[in-house]
Amino acid sequence: MESGDTKRKHYLNIENTPQSWLLTLDHKRIGILYLVTILLFFFLGGVAAVLFRLELLTPDAHLVEHETYNRLFTMHGVTMIFFFLIPSIPAVLGNFLLPIMIGARDMAFPRINLASWYVFTAGGLFGLAAIVFGGVDTGWTFYTPYSSTYANSNVILAALGIFIAGFASIMTGLNFIVTIHKMRAPGLTWFRLPLFIWGQYATAIIMILGTPVIAITVLLVGIERLFGVGIFDPAIGGDPLLFQHLFWFYSHPAVYIMILPGMGVISEVIACFSRKRIFGYHVVAFSSLAIAILGFFVWGHHMFVSSQSMYAGMIFSILSFLVAIPSAIKVFNWTATLYKGSISLDTPMLYALGFIGLFTIGGLTGLFLATMAINIHVHDTYFVVAHFHYVMVGGMLMAFLGGIHFWWPKMFGRMYPEAWGRFAAIVIFVGFNLTFFPQFILGYLGMPRRYHVYPEEFQVLNVMSTAGASILGAGYLMVFVYLVWSLFKGRRSVSNPWCAAGLEWRVSSPPPQHNFKKAPVVDRDAYDYTDEDVYKSDYDSGGTSDG
Amino acid sequence: MTEHSGNHHIMPLKIYLGVFLALMVLTILTVWVAFYDLGFLNVFVAVTIACVKAYIVLLYFMHLRYNARILWLTAAAGFIWFVLLTAFTVSDVLTRGWLPPPEAW
Repeated sequence: MESGDTKRKHYLNIENTPQSWLLTLDHKRIGILYLVTILLFFFLGGVAAVLFRLELLTPDAHLVEHETYNRLFTMHGVTMIFFFLIPSIPAVLGNFLLPIMIGARDMAFPRINLASWYVFTAGGLFGLAAIVFGGVDTGWTFYTPYSSTYANSNVILAALGIFIAGFASIMTGLNFIVTIHKMRAPGLTWFRLPLFIWGQYATAIIMILGTPVIAITVLLVGIERLFGVGIFDPAIGGDPLLFQHLFWFYSHPAVYIMILPGMGVISEVIACFSRKRIFGYHVVAFSSLAIAILGFFVWGHHMFVSSQSMYAGMIFSILSFLVAIPSAIKVFNWTATLYKGSISLDTPMLYALGFIGLFTIGGLTGLFLATMAINIHVHDTYFVVAHFHYVMVGGMLMAFLGGIHFWWPKMFGRMYPEAWGRFAAIVIFVGFNLTFFPQFILGYLGMPRRYHVYPEEFQVLNVMSTAGASILGAGYLMVFVYLVWSLFKGRRSVSNPWCAAGLEWRVSSPPPQHNFKKAPVVDRDAYDYTDEDVYKSDYDSGGTSDG
Repeated sequence: MTEHSGNHHIMPLKIYLGVFLALMVLTILTVWVAFYDLGFLNVFVAVTIACVKAYIVLLYFMHLRYNARILWLTAAAGFIWFVLLTAFTVSDVLTRGWLPPPEAW
């Protein structure tokens, strides 16, 4: 990758021994370590999805039996949620970009930052061990009393993995909050911060306030399972609904841990490729905080049919409707930003536009599910699966891919092939919709989730879904291949290939080891695209320029 | 030593011993109270003693008393979140019996 590179030293070539990577305190390298690690889990979760989608091609159990099927969808859920989606944007793009975007030389606590990657990897190894030793069959939700009393799979190993990985999340959140509070460049006031930073800040709040609850919850499952202490099992004095309360107190906000950083990415991309300041910057910033806080008080909408009190259900239903407001504010403001913008449809922008459409569908179907009467009809059906994937894959994963393409030149100093990028974005969009839209219909017609067999009348829609998943998989593979290719053969990037606003574009690509020789002084708002020359000049606060 | 000296505040040994003693007394009190049936106050008394113990630990062992107010705010946020978790969960438990279960068809 570095052959024939200029003499300029940057974070990738400053030293390239295994120790220099494994003991690095550089936030950029830690971001890359996270990227490699979560891609491994994405691959594992993807393999599981391929296998159970193949099984669902036919109504009968032709490929795997129910026990294997249960393990496959649990492996998919656990790896994708706890070991891919939650760390994806914060730990990769957040770690890499946050200090540069606020004009700092590193995170506030570089050692905690490195420790978080080791802790995450340790948690991931427990998760891997659970898979290697036979898997887990509880679903990613670990509902009691099945998980605590009856399941005969590796619940303890998986729970330990999640428990440990949670600490990595807390470390990252802590680092983000302190760094944003204490290390902003001179002149970079709160309302000059890029919205990506606001998104990361809101995410960090959820990470710190929510993650301890999931950690203690899975620990309690382990304690009941190992020592028979009555916590969730009613036979020994526990309450199974207590588990659901504790689990969803974290796991619903966890959806916002996954989507809020993605929303931050979308704000950056929309502004850059519309050449406009984000419409209603302040309300978009505050809507991130509103989502983070309101998102904590909607968890009971997962429990409408669980024998939860109807009165509690009504309160949770109303609160769930409230959280739609800040989400809608974001969507409306992004759309308003596009109005009369100078729009260019480069790859990151295609992903951003895809995000807006798919997230809107995912969000609006969330309102269906927050309505108690409709929820009873579609509860635990494929409608829920489709809704969740429209938010997580159609929303979050599109944002992640958009962000990776947008900042790829910054991270590695190479451009990806634009034509392939656009083509893959369209393939992914088509494949995604073909996979998950039929699942809305399947769910509405009554096909329950988590079954490996189904009535024949559902086969056509299931075949469509599996065909879509193949296209989606091909799209992801395409992205992976051309991005790896670009590391070696891609055109070299200048410091600011998109003529974008933001401090990260003022350092060379890839950035120098410590980002800035001296702290930059910020004298303008975020997304000030009125003076285009500033961003075309390709100047560099980090010393040398490769322009 | 000022009130806002951060991590460098050194407390005299007698305060540590006093806090330890207080925690022990409160633990014994918890066990002693558990032998009496106070009706609906059972949980209330146990949780109150636990909260007092947690408060003492936060103030002295975790040095919150001598730290900047922003750390008070941080600790308070965690506590308030715990209260909200408990309040919403209890709101479910307490209202489950308000409606009779539906009759069989």
